[in-house]
Parts: sequence; C-alpha cells; structure tokens
Amino acid sequence: MAFNEPTFSRRGLARLGAAAATIAALGAVKSAAAQGTSGTIKVGILHSLSGTMAISETTLRDVMLMLIEQQNAKGGLLGKKLEAVVVDPASNWPLFAEKARQLISVDKCAATFGCWTSVSRKSVLPVFEELNSILFYPVQYEGQECSRNVFYTGAAPNQQAIPAVDYLWNESKVKRWVLAGTDYVYPRTTNQILEAYLISKGVAKEDILTNYTPFGHSDWQNIVAEIKKFGSAGKKTAVVSTINGDANVPFYKELGNQGIKATDIPVVAFSVGEEELAGIDTKPLVGHLAAWNYFQSEDNADNKKFIAAWKAFTKNPKRTTNDPMEAHVIGFNMWVKAVEAAGTTASDAVIDALIGTAVPNLTGGYSAMMPNHHITKPVLIGEIQADGQFNTVSRTAGLVVAQEWSPYVADTKDLIGDWRSPLKCGAFNVKTGACTAGKKA
Amino acid sequence: MRRFFAILLLAALALAPGPSKADQADDAFAALASTSFDSVRGGVEQLSASGHPRAAAVIGALQSGKLYFRPDRALFIKQDDGGYLHALTAAAIADPGTVKPVRVNNGIRNAIDAALGAMRLFSPDTATRLTAAEAVFHAAEAGALPALNKAIAKESDPSVRLRMEQARAAAILSSADSGEADRIQAVSVLRTRADIDARGFLASLSGQPPAVADAIAVAITAIDRKAQLWSVAQSVYYGLSLGSVLLLAAAGLAITFGVMGVINMAHGEMVMIGAYTTFAVQQFMRAHTPGMYGASLLFAVPLAFMVSGTVGIVIERTLIRWLYGRPLETLLATWGLSLVLQQGVRTIFGANNKDVDTPSWMSGATQLGGLTLTWNRMYIILFSAIVLAALMAALRYTSLGLRMRAVTQNRRMAAAMGIRTPWIDALTFGLGSGVAGMAGVALSQIDNVSPNLGQSYIIDSFMVVVFGGVGNLWGTTLGALTLGITNKFLEPVAGAVMAKIVVLVLLILFIQRRPRGMFPLKGRAAES
Amino acid sequence: MKLDRTAGLTLGLTFGIPLTLALLNQTTDVSAALHVPTYVIALAGKYLCFAMLALAVDLVWGFAGILSLGHAAFFALGGYAMGMYLMRQIGSRGVYGNAMLPDFMVFLGWKELPWYWHGFEWFPFAMFMALLVPGLLAMGFGWLAFRSRVTGVYLSIITQALTYALLLAFFRNDMGFGGNNGMTDFKDILGFPVQADGTRSALLVISAAFLCAQYLVARSIVRSRFGKVLIAVRDTESRTRFLGYRPEAYKLVVWTLSAVMAGIGGALYVPQVGIINPSEFAPANSIEAVIWVAVGGRGTLTGAILGAVIVNFGKTWFTGALPNLWLYALGALFIFVTLFLPNGVMGLFAARAKKPAPELEAAE
Repeated sequence: MAFNEPTFSRRGLARLGAAAATIAALGAVKSAAAQGTSGTIKVGILHSLSGTMAISETTLRDVMLMLIEQQNAKGGLLGKKLEAVVVDPASNWPLFAEKARQLISVDKCAATFGCWTSVSRKSVLPVFEELNSILFYPVQYEGQECSRNVFYTGAAPNQQAIPAVDYLWNESKVKRWVLAGTDYVYPRTTNQILEAYLISKGVAKEDILTNYTPFGHSDWQNIVAEIKKFGSAGKKTAVVSTINGDANVPFYKELGNQGIKATDIPVVAFSVGEEELAGIDTKPLVGHLAAWNYFQSEDNADNKKFIAAWKAFTKNPKRTTNDPMEAHVIGFNMWVKAVEAAGTTASDAVIDALIGTAVPNLTGGYSAMMPNHHITKPVLIGEIQADGQFNTVSRTAGLVVAQEWSPYVADTKDLIGDWRSPLKCGAFNVKTGACTAGKKA
Repeated sequence: MRRFFAILLLAALALAPGPSKADQADDAFAALASTSFDSVRGGVEQLSASGHPRAAAVIGALQSGKLYFRPDRALFIKQDDGGYLHALTAAAIADPGTVKPVRVNNGIRNAIDAALGAMRLFSPDTATRLTAAEAVFHAAEAGALPALNKAIAKESDPSVRLRMEQARAAAILSSADSGEADRIQAVSVLRTRADIDARGFLASLSGQPPAVADAIAVAITAIDRKAQLWSVAQSVYYGLSLGSVLLLAAAGLAITFGVMGVINMAHGEMVMIGAYTTFAVQQFMRAHTPGMYGASLLFAVPLAFMVSGTVGIVIERTLIRWLYGRPLETLLATWGLSLVLQQGVRTIFGANNKDVDTPSWMSGATQLGGLTLTWNRMYIILFSAIVLAALMAALRYTSLGLRMRAVTQNRRMAAAMGIRTPWIDALTFGLGSGVAGMAGVALSQIDNVSPNLGQSYIIDSFMVVVFGGVGNLWGTTLGALTLGITNKFLEPVAGAVMAKIVVLVLLILFIQRRPRGMFPLKGRAAES
Repeated sequence: MKLDRTAGLTLGLTFGIPLTLALLNQTTDVSAALHVPTYVIALAGKYLCFAMLALAVDLVWGFAGILSLGHAAFFALGGYAMGMYLMRQIGSRGVYGNAMLPDFMVFLGWKELPWYWHGFEWFPFAMFMALLVPGLLAMGFGWLAFRSRVTGVYLSIITQALTYALLLAFFRNDMGFGGNNGMTDFKDILGFPVQADGTRSALLVISAAFLCAQYLVARSIVRSRFGKVLIAVRDTESRTRFLGYRPEAYKLVVWTLSAVMAGIGGALYVPQVGIINPSEFAPANSIEAVIWVAVGGRGTLTGAILGAVIVNFGKTWFTGALPNLWLYALGALFIFVTLFLPNGVMGLFAARAKKPAPELEAAE
C-alpha cells in the first residue's frame, strides 16, 4: 500500500471552500430555526440518546417532551410557549459538558433537565456554575454535593438506602448483609454509609460482605455462589444491591437459576425499577425488593392520570413509569411554579424562588424543595411481582428530608447546605462556622 | 414466635372437639381478608392448622395471587376465565362486587410454602411430594413431625423418602422436646445431605445440648471440607461456561476475521440481531402459538441464523466486497455500519432492554455431587459444542466448505478451477454472521437484550480469535476455554475487575511469546 | 526547512484560525457581530487536542504501518498527569477543605496522599510525567512487541487489550485516580482560573502552537532518511530487514515518539474540557482516532488534522441538530469515505495535484 502526501491544488481548494460553505449554510438554517421564535422559553434536555446510558435516559427525554407539551396545552409559561431543545450527549462525559455549554450559551435555555450517573453531573457542574444556569438532576445519587445551580430531585442515600435496611432488619430479622455494587462512587458511598450504619446497630464486621464488580458485568456465577455460601452461616442474610442498570439482568438471571429465592436471601436493590424489570423475566424474582420514592403501582388519582397520559403520549399501552420520571415531573412542576412566582426565567430569581416551592408528587402527597436544593420524599419499599410491578410492603410515615452531607462520613458530618440568605452556602460547617465550598457572593 | 403459637394451637386443637376447629377456620378466613401482612400470615398458619377441606385450595390460590377479598371480608378465588369462586364453598359467583387481591410479602410466602409443604406430603405425584418435603425441610418446624412420620412410613420412592427423612431431621432438631440421641442421629442425616442448605440450617441452631452442639460443629466442618474439594470442579464449570459463551461470540468471527481476514467491527451487531430475533420470535409465538411457546428458542436458533446470515450477505455484497485487500478500510466501514445498525435497532425496538423469557426447561439448576450446574449454562455449553461441531463439519465435509477453504487458501487458483469466488465470499461471510446470530440466541438467555449487547462482546471476541491463532477454529475453541477458565480461577482470588485485568496482561505477554497465537498458520498464508 | 504549499497551508490554517478565534473572543464585545463565543473557543481547543492524537496515530499507522487500536490510552495518560496537577491546584478550595487530599480521596476515607501523587503539585514535574508516562509505557510495550515481531492484526488487538486493561484499572476506585468519576471541577492552572475566557483563549493558542510543532516534527521525521526506512518497513518489513536494517528499532522510536505526542494532546485536552475519567481509555475512542485519520487521509499528516476536525465538528453539529439520527449520519460518513474516498479527504486533492509529493518518490 502506498500512500502519498498530496498537495493542495487550487481547484481542490475551491471544492473545499464550496463544501465548507454548504456546511455553514446548513448550520445557519439550523440556528435560524433554533432562534427564530423569540417568544418562546427554551428548556434544555440533556439526556443520552445513544451509547450505554441510552437505555435509561431515552425515557426521561420522552417524559420531558410530554411535560412541555402539556404545559403548552395549558397556555405555556409567562404567556410564552415552552420549547424543548434536545441534544444527545451520547453517554460521553466530556460531550456532556460541551452540550451543557451549548444549551446554556448558544441555545439560551432557561433551565436544563438532564444527566444520569454522577459522572455526567460532575462533568457539567462547573459549566452550570460558571454560566449561572439551572440543572435539574432526577436520579438517586450518593449525596456529598450541594451546588447552587443544581436541584437534586432524586434521592439522597438517607432517602433510599437506610429505610430499606431498616425494613429488612425489622421485618425479615436480617442479621447478615451482602453489600454488592458496581465499582463507582454511588455504590461506594452508599455502602460506606450503610456499613457505618449497620455497625452502629451492632452488626459484626464479619457479618458484612462487600463486593464490587465492573460496569456491565455479565458473568455472575461465582459471585452468586459466594453470596449463597455467605448466606449459609445460619443467620438470615440479605443482599443490598447497588448494582448498576445493565449488570442487573444477568445478576438476577443467575440468582434465579442458582435457586436463591427471595424467601431465602432477599435482594433489595436501589437501581432496579419498573423500566429495568420490563427487560427481565420477573417470575423468578418475585419477592425481591427495591427501595424508591415512587412506584408505578401507587394508587392515587394523580398517578393514574400521569400513567394514562404517558401511555397515550408514547402510544404504547405497556409503557412503564419509574422513579426518575416522577423526579422530573416534580422538578418540572417546581420550576414552572418558581418561574411564575418570580415572573422571570432569570437564573438568580428562579433559584431563590425554587426554595420552599411545594408541588404534588405522584405518591399522594406534596414534595417541597428544601434550602439544600434537595426535595422531601416518602420512601417506599416494594416487592417485585410476577407482572413486573412493585407491591409496596412498607412506606415511611412521613416525608424524609435529604441529608446532602452524610452524617456517617467523618469529614462531612458537620456540614450543611443552605442556599437561603444570609447563609447562601453549599457546605457550611456548623462547628467551625466556615463555608468550605460553594460560596457565591 | 407467632408460628410457634400456631403450632401449639394446632396441637391443642387436634385434641379439641370438632366445632372449635370450624371456628378456627372461620377466624382464619377472616384473617386472610385483610391488607395487613401480619394478619394474612396468621391466617395462613391457622388455616393450615385447621385441616379445613378448602385449606389447600385457598392457600394455593393465595400463592398464585388469585385470592381476592371484599370489604365485608368474604374471600373469592379468581378463575382463569375471569369468573370467581366463593373461597369457602367453591360455588361459582358471577359478580362478587368490588374485590381486592390479598397481597403477599416474603413472610407470607414462607408461611405458604410451609403450609402447602405439609399438606402436599401425601400427594399422589412424586415430584410434588419431593418439593413438599423440601419445603418442609426449609420450614424446619417441630409441628410437622407427625405428618412426616406418617409420610415416611408410606413413602415408596427412595429419593423422596431421603428428602423426607432430612426434613424430619430438621424438625427434630427444631423441636423443643427431642431426645439427645435423636438429635445426634438427625445431625448425621443432615451431614450426609452435605449441601449448602444443610450447612445453613445446622449453623443456625442454637441452644442444643453440648454433645449435639459438638456433633453439629463436626458436621459443619465436614460439609465445609467437602465444599472446598468441590470448589475446584465448580470453578472449572464456571470457566467452561464462560468459555463457551466467549466461544459462541467468537466462532462467527473466527470465520469472517480468521478465515476471510475481514476485520468486521459490526460482528457484535450480528450477535445483537440474533438476540432481537429471539425476542421477535417469542413475541410472535406468545401471540399466535402460545401452546408451543416453550420451544420458542428452538425456532429462534435457525431463524436467527438466517436473519443474521442474510444481513451478513447483504453487507458483504454491498460493502465488504469493494474493500478486499484493504483490511483496515473494512475496519472503518464496518465500524460505521455498527453505529448505523445499533441506532437502527434503537429506532425500531426502542432503547430499553427487551424481555426474553427463559423457558422452564432452561431454568434452575441441578446438583451433581457438590456441583451446582445451572441448566441455562449447561445448555449453552452444549449448544456451543454443537455449533462448533457443525461449523467444522460444514467446512470439512460439504462442497461449500471445500470451496470456501479453496478460496481462502488460494483465491486465483480457486477461480481458475471454476469456483465463483465472489459468491463464495458472500456465503462465507453469511455463514460467519449467521453463527454470530445463533450466539445472540444463547446470549439472550444470560445477558441484556439491548442495542449495546454486541459492543460488550466484540473486544473479547477479537482477543479470543487472536489468542487462539487467526484462521484456526480449534485455536479459537481452546483460546475461549483457556480465557474463560483462567478468568474464573483468578476471580475468587483477585476480584472480578482485577481478574479481567490480569487476563488481559497475560494475553499481551502471551502474544509476545507466540506472536501468531496458540496455533499459528504455517506457510505462505501466515506472512500476509 | 523548506515548506511546500501543503505544509505552509496546514501550518498557516492550524495556527491562524485558532489565533483569530482567540483574538476575536478576547478583543470584541459580546454583542459585536464578529464576536466569537467562548463555546466555540472551548470546542476549537478540543478539536485541536484530538488533532494531536490523530497526528500521532497517523505517524505510526501512515508511515510505520503499525495500526494502533489503543492510542487513546497514551492520550488519556497524558490527560491524567495534567488532571493530577489541576487536582492538586484546587488545594483547600475543595468541598471538604482538605489542603492535601483531593475530594474523592477524602470521600473514600483515604488518610494520606498515595506516593505516586507526590510532585504533581509542581507544574514542570506534572508536565514531565505527561510525557514520560505515555512514553515509558509505549517504550516497554513496543520493545516487547516489536522485538518478538508481533505485527498486523495481532499487534492491533494487543494494543486494544492494553487500553482495555487500563480502562478497567482506572475504573477501580482503589487505584486512587478517582474511579469512574475521574477528576473534575478544576479551579486554576498556573494561577489562572481555567474557566476564564482569557485562559481558554490562551489554551487554544497554546494547543495550536503545540499542534504546529508536532506537525513540523512529524513532517521532518517522515521526510528524513529515518522516515524513508520507516516507509520501507511499512511496505515490506521483511525485505527491509534483509537489507540490514533493524525494523524493530525504527518502529520503537517512532512508536514512543507518537505516544508522547498523544500524551501532550491529552495534557492540553483536560483543562479545556474540564474532566478526565476512565472512559477516555475506551477502545472505541482509539478506533475513532484511527477513523479520523482514515477520513482525512492516511499517511498525509495534514489529513490527520483535517480528519480529526471534520469528524468532531460533524459530531458536535449532528448531536445538537439531529439528536436521534446523528449515528446514522456519522456511520454513513464512515462508510461513504471508505467506499468513495479511499485516500480520505486529502485524496480529493491528490487526484488534482500537479506533481507527486516527495514522500511518494521516496517510497517508490
């Protein structure tokens, strides 16, 4: 194979110029289309539509489109129509940051709904802070963060993990714990918090087994066998699973095949919802548990209306709803309410107006945005049923307020986040009275 | 504790005159008609103790989620045709009014298993008795002893009797008033059972007399030692199973890449198409031929072969054939193709995972000595062996295989002999793609069926082919099994992530020693 | 050194366009018609860093015939070195206010800085490591591989194994490189805030300068006697060996140099995109880098730069304009280029060229 280094000829250059002009013209058409209507308020949707995260995130893009459509049907916001700007960050973390910048500074979106997984949020966080815009993050996460520009509508660890452990402790008298997770920050932190919590309850160290696996782990044979062996020590054993989406299907399949039933060793998962179960044959999983702040099976009028609207919107009578979708519903309604209260979409005004905003959630109550930019939520524990839905077996008596800084981590136990005046600090140390991070003048 | 009371109640009631038994059944039915899990659980225990003729039917209905109740606490059993039966009288009821299902949690499921187990010990069906005995073993309740003794006396099947005796041993050890000799005897019965359940049960016992406690400790050590010995064999099995998965994923690549020299980055997508074909076949059969649903995979295999094979032929005719002799350009074009195929599947089927059922004959596991052999993996090992054998036979004994080998060995000579080389190229590529499609059927049983399915296997597949030696199916086989088994032996020591890293590093070092893989091609072909 | 028209144009455009963009961004008002938004500056900087990676790939693939499917590993290693420097610069401004430990270490309960983190607070050391680590890894790997005459697809696949192993290793939180989240939320570089427009513009111009320098180095190598032997190795390795050359030595030198070039690209990439994490090691990234070269035109150097910019511009544009269809567009672009532009975009011009390039004479 011979390759030669060509030289530019004049005609070649002319061609290149023509091609560039065509591209530029196409780009101009596109941007004209994007900016043509000045009477709209733009809402950015930053969810991966391709790559590994598309499995989870595509649904959230759809639910946002539905919410925006509904809002427009109600007459829009501040007398203007809402306009969704959809981009595809393609499960690529630097691309998330690039797209966030585009949404804010090129498309001039008033607020952005998006991200899934901490790394995508961490990637865009500096962009939102620099350009002072608003991000709604709808997924449960490890906490330990409190940015002025981010509103966390998913659960913090204390809104999901700890009530689930309490349930198993009280109901099933579990005395031995397997903490199985994918090796990334959310499981690491959650397990760290759970371990501290269990030890504080008197569980011996040797009764806790921690296991980490890579993303997309698909061969669970010996880990499941190890769990089985760990469970044969004569004490009731349970698995607390922070295994990430994709790896769950092979994990549950292996559990079923090795004959671990929920009545023997129940598995409680924090990342398995209706959407994930729709991709699994659930018959062998009946009785395994999940902890969320919303289940599709919630029996109330708001939820029924939402489910009906969702099925109509997707034109699929079998489409499921799940917890991060509810988080977007709450977040979007809060944003709408705050914009109406502030009378503008300007970031500073809306950020201030959002705190204290309360909107109905889909579990029959109200969720409120707290000064730490997290929302109050009920915690539900559900058992998987044969039809892929959850049967709620326990719910917290009231709403749980998020602990953004974990009291079980030595370095953060004295920190609080409070974005109200006069404190306005994301990490205020109540002992020293110093604001260690996130102070905004 | 509650269960214990129920048992005492049972014992007391067994001696009491009839009417109170009927009262108890009424109480039980009332307790079942509740949204409180505690109440339902109590109801199940009471009902099973009452010996009511409808007890088995009602608890069975509860187990399968067909028991409904009305606000006035009347119970109904939903029929398959949508009608209802009155739970107590079994009389058909056209319209029971507003009813709610009785909800079940794990605690209730345990109670149901125990209750049904005791009732079904006398079933005429051997398999039912076997599962019943196993359920009674797991429940390990002293109250089951009389029934167990009766059942063992009547039992003729030796394997069921063995299970019943183990269940009795568990019951004896759980009972408060067993003698020490009986207990030691029971421990030895469980020691011979020697599986993980027996170990778990023995370890959970407390408050035993000292002699019994010693026997238990000895038994546990013995069971552990046995498990230790079997664990090597178990790891080999895990490795074989992982290796067979790798082999299936790589076998098609061994044809397209190994034999034809095409770096097909869209190979993983052929696997994915096979998996989605399985999904489509199941959807179709569920709707149109539900009677044959259990055999859906048998239909999916040839269909996946054909679908992926056809896609492969189309790709070869439209794309690859322009790029022969430029292997690196095929990499580029097929990478582009894989993006298109992934997005295509995402557009057609949606981005979510698809639910591909595992037929019942592929679910669960069997015990062989101390080995746990899961059926789905056993079938995949078997399937990969069949695929490999068929592939080798096709290449060796069919005239198509002969021509394929001729073309790949010396294209111009083959053409001179009158072989239509372009057509053979297309068929060879189709064969490789078809095999990948069949791999997709197998992978749908153990992994996600999503647009990303292929991506997760493509790297491993290339490594297997290169490790074994390009152009050699035996090399691919041995490569897959070696990688699988090495991985599974490293995993318990180093953890899942490190095991994979170590395997990769070993592979890199191995290639330094043997730059052409385990089985290098000899001669002129090797140089190109 | 005498520059022909291609080289002159390449250098002029590679340096001129970014410089103009940076100047327009800095000197004009936001509302001015000619103002270049910071968004464009950040994008252009990213493209240039990718172009360095592409240039590195082209040097080994186009001129030494080594198809590396793991070059992004060297890019990412350089990026990690820079990331570690930037992480240390945060100092006590992190969330936990720990002057010594980066946030993710505090978070996971680490008590002291691991030994391999020491020194990275010092910029020259960190930059030296950004060159040294990819270089050493490439040298060790290349020494083993070329000495045992691993060639062709075997070499490609083990480079992929290398980057895949590194991907898995860096994912591990126990490694002390931030696991899946990697490193982000950087504050400043050499005292300048990384978020500021001025810093961004400066980084863009610096990237352009480095790219031009790398282009010149690569060009002088391939035009030298050394380069001619390389091309001989590429075309028929065994014949070159029979002529008394030692192909492995030539390959090792260019391979190591190429890894260092990729490392520089990575080091400049991190402050401009604001994050470095293990997904940069993903084998797909390395394959993409090869594709940039192929789109631009293999073995042309200029083509590598052009290809990286075209494909990444396409990606940026398509993911915004056609979020549901962009993979079709990108995939179709790759297929189209291979089928109809076998020598890449540069091949378009070559067909019209009046006289063959000097390299061609040398190769023949």
